[in-house]
Amino acid sequence: MNISQALKMAFQSIAGNKMRAFLTMLGIIIGVAAVIIMVSLVQASTASITAQMESLGTNMMTVMLTGRNSSRNLSVADMQKLVDDNPNFFNSVAPSVSGSPTIKAGTVNASTSLIGTNQHYSEINNTPVESGRFITEADCTSRKKVVVIGKYIANKYFEGQDPAGQTLKVSGQVFTVVGVLTAKTTTMTEGSTDDRIIIPYTTAQRLLRNAEIRSYSFQATSSEVAEQASEKLEELLLKLLGSENAYRVMNQAEMLENVATMTGTMSMMLGGIAGISLIVGGIGIMNIMLVSVTERTREIGIRKAIGARRKSIMSQFLIESIVVSCIGGIIGIIIGIAGTYFIGKAVGIEAGASAMVMLLSAGVSVSIGIFFGWYPANKASKLNPIDALRFE
Amino acid sequence: MNALIRLENIYKIYKIGDNEVRALDGVSLSIAQNEFVSIVGPSGSGKSTLMNVIGCLDTPTSGEYYIEGTEVSKMRDDRLADIRNTKIGFIFQSYNLLGKLTVIENVELPLIYMGKPRSERHALARAAIERVGLADRENNRPNQLSGGQQQRVAIARALANRPPLILADEPTGALDSRTGAEIMQMLKDIHQSGNTIILITHEKEVAEHAQRIISIHDGKISSDSEVTHA
Repeated sequence: MNISQALKMAFQSIAGNKMRAFLTMLGIIIGVAAVIIMVSLVQASTASITAQMESLGTNMMTVMLTGRNSSRNLSVADMQKLVDDNPNFFNSVAPSVSGSPTIKAGTVNASTSLIGTNQHYSEINNTPVESGRFITEADCTSRKKVVVIGKYIANKYFEGQDPAGQTLKVSGQVFTVVGVLTAKTTTMTEGSTDDRIIIPYTTAQRLLRNAEIRSYSFQATSSEVAEQASEKLEELLLKLLGSENAYRVMNQAEMLENVATMTGTMSMMLGGIAGISLIVGGIGIMNIMLVSVTERTREIGIRKAIGARRKSIMSQFLIESIVVSCIGGIIGIIIGIAGTYFIGKAVGIEAGASAMVMLLSAGVSVSIGIFFGWYPANKASKLNPIDALRFE
Repeated sequence: MNALIRLENIYKIYKIGDNEVRALDGVSLSIAQNEFVSIVGPSGSGKSTLMNVIGCLDTPTSGEYYIEGTEVSKMRDDRLADIRNTKIGFIFQSYNLLGKLTVIENVELPLIYMGKPRSERHALARAAIERVGLADRENNRPNQLSGGQQQRVAIARALANRPPLILADEPTGALDSRTGAEIMQMLKDIHQSGNTIILITHEKEVAEHAQRIISIHDGKISSDSEVTHA
């Protein structure tokens, strides 16, 4: 008996019991679709997070000074010197002091987040101004009371007018608005990255009564040397501070890796959970095939009596379960692709089912057909023809 | 005498608890090419067991069984399947056709297991169906046919592989007497054209269509005689 005969028999048998075949497939359909949707959505959101992070620039690294195990503190000038001494590695450095002051313009007041920094911050952190200008070196050296405001604040406090040249009270002190940042988010809500103000770090230190600057962002000369630059930075800081606990260096590449590891784990976990439903589907197939073997005992007896070998009976039932699980797998893949597209659309991620996942689930469904079909098929092939013929 | 099948001292012993049941108790017999033999006996006599052994559906506990000089009593499953496929055609009381297949597909089954290519299969199956006079029904399903027609399909299936031996187990048992007579006539015609036929029955009139009657009692052959046709 050849394969095409066996396939024909399998299709005949499935066509003879469509409802049951469909119910049998349902487990595989749901399992395959779930695996595809879960894994594809996680992959798509990973891609969008990665893209967002990459837009920040992979050549940025940040330094946090913890102050532990070191009596020495580093000043902005010390950091600038590191940059000046290693022009092959670093472009620039921007200090960053943060706070959350109350701001007031006219009669409106609210609290917002504040960053005190220097002229390099705009480039390093990819925060350009939409109108006006950013903080300058001169602003920092002479501790000018100038402020660059986020788009949300511009809209809320200076609606319909040019904010540049207007005044804004920050913690009770009068600042002059010099520029507006380009919007970072599309919604521009309260508390978002568009709800913030940027002032010179020197002014901020005084305003917040906080003398120490603990956070810096460095820009490497290019993303190719970013890795080396971050190592170099660690080396220099260790030399200056004398303890590894006194500082932490984080670079964008490492953060990307962290995200990848995290989402990879998530993808595995969700895929695994969905995979369980595939196994349950497989058990469903085994169950139905066992019932089918019992129901068709007489048929098996007749086939054996007229000369079917064990292998022929075995392959007949095995191919039947493979065909059932493959059809289930194909339907599952189609539903998975459609589901990924629609759910992705609903939650706002551009998601497409990856070929790898589809191939994998197709492979898995064939294996399920073989694995869970084996036992019933083997049972059928071992039936004694006399007993089988006598079976009513 | 050129023996098609030869049984020597065949025993089939079942153990039920401590009891030993001797379904076949030292049966020896020989059937020649182109004989028409009836095996008769009451139920429980061992004739079904004998038929199973002759049909290679069962293996004896001890003794030797030869088909065309080849010992088959110690063969394994798959070899026995091949013997059933090529040497023996079965006709059962309850027809045993596959309900989901058409007439021609049923008749093709033994040819499929024999490994014949499609075109040859079709030709052989069609020839067998014509021989039993059902050429116009080859695409019907068994449940669309009368009992007699179904039994003729079963005969066509038994003939399809052109086996030397036809084993008929109560072939008229489920049929009315007129249809039964038709089927018997068909078996006789098949015998005329050169097949060996073994007929298992408990009806004396049916048995007398054969040339030779073997009676079984308590697992032993009690008589073995030629039939003299008037």
